[in-house]
Amino acid sequence: MVLYLLAHMYGNLKIIAGPEAFNHYAHYLRVILEPLLPESGLLWIIRVVLLVAVLIHIYCGMTLWARDRKAVGGGTRYAVKKNVQRTGASFTMRWGGIAIALFVIFHLFNFTFKAGDRTQTPTIANTAGNYDLMYRLSTGEMVPNAYQMVHNSFEQWWLVLIYFLALIAVGLHLRHGVWSAFATLGANTSPNVRRNWNIVAWIVLLVIVVGFMVPPVAILLGVI
Amino acid sequence: MKMTLRIWRQKNSNAVGKLESYVIDGVTQEMSFLEMLDVLNEDLTAKGIDPVAFDSDCREGICGMCGVVINGVPHGRGETTYQTTTCQLHMREFRDGDTITIEPWKAEPFPVLRDLVVDRSAFDRIIQAGGYISAPTGTAPDAHATPVNKADADIAFDNAVCIGCGACVAACPNGSAMLFTAAKVSHLGLLPQGQPERWTRVLGMVDAHDDEGFGNCTNIGECTAVCPKGIPLESISRLNRDLLTGLRKVK
Repeated sequence: MVLYLLAHMYGNLKIIAGPEAFNHYAHYLRVILEPLLPESGLLWIIRVVLLVAVLIHIYCGMTLWARDRKAVGGGTRYAVKKNVQRTGASFTMRWGGIAIALFVIFHLFNFTFKAGDRTQTPTIANTAGNYDLMYRLSTGEMVPNAYQMVHNSFEQWWLVLIYFLALIAVGLHLRHGVWSAFATLGANTSPNVRRNWNIVAWIVLLVIVVGFMVPPVAILLGVI
Repeated sequence: MKMTLRIWRQKNSNAVGKLESYVIDGVTQEMSFLEMLDVLNEDLTAKGIDPVAFDSDCREGICGMCGVVINGVPHGRGETTYQTTTCQLHMREFRDGDTITIEPWKAEPFPVLRDLVVDRSAFDRIIQAGGYISAPTGTAPDAHATPVNKADADIAFDNAVCIGCGACVAACPNGSAMLFTAAKVSHLGLLPQGQPERWTRVLGMVDAHDDEGFGNCTNIGECTAVCPKGIPLESISRLNRDLLTGLRKVK
């Protein structure tokens, strides 16, 4: 899932290169490995794998959450509780995870479902008005105008804000999650290694938040 | 020094507990935390109030019997700069006029027996599930018959110092006893005498840990931070590595 996020972020950055590059890339994702796979074949494989991974992730997380709650006797545990060294990110894993799940649903409605629907009508993403639904590549091919759809969305500051908050939630989830996943798999072998995993987790946080925020902010500021 | 103590009072496991406030006078800096509670209990007894029940034994920080949550930190460790058990915490860490909140370990597998005393026999059952080695009887073997790598011996010793006080469970936001279990698995799993049962040990102890109703490790690290013996957090990763191997090897 982390690798998917990184690939997704890389693709988003193509929007900086302009409509031709971005729309061509969006189209390319649909025809990748054709004719070995049918149109959108690889996309559907990725979608199914991701969906299964996310569902298993949520199921395991919820099961552990329920067991942990029971282990500490439910609601209030201590009248006074002081945290000694835990990271702020470690507090955000559970409620932050729910926030991320809700955001992903919003995000799919915002972009994915519309991009798939070639007869789209103006909605939340393009309240500014209708836009050119199709785009002619320099090869002459007509493809859906993903560039314009994204551009219309991020001209609205509140949508950029929602995405920013969601990315902070994702970043914090990864800040603790990346380190914790490796530690659970046995990779925390010494205090030095532990520090390095935490640095890796910070780098992932920074790359994801900055990398994903560049296109929306650039569009909002009118740079692209 | 004069202080206000807010102490968890609970008649028995079934009763509902609550915090009661007591004012205590004449506390000196040299007193240990438990001596301060002794003074309070004498005062309470004189007034005809039930004394506060708390566990203690060696009072020199090596038996693991004592342990209460002091101002939100197990063993009150957060107030001090050194690793300590409750009995080795001294009143010099506090100031005149302080309010100190004292609560028992709270976790589902550690039922409160009375006031600050909890039943930690869940730990004994985890030990019974694998925290042992099988040694042949007879005359003692030669001291140099089984060489042990120095680095392994050091790590095994770092883990063998666990006194089973339960502070890790009390500090863990998930009520997990992974640090305790990992200390035992590391201690025995790194030594040649512990090899024959190495893989069944880790499976048995983790099973017992979960059956007792302890929570799960999410690598937050509060356990190590409050541990009076400084059991390293990487022991939990070692347990997980052994668990992965164990799951493969044990049919």
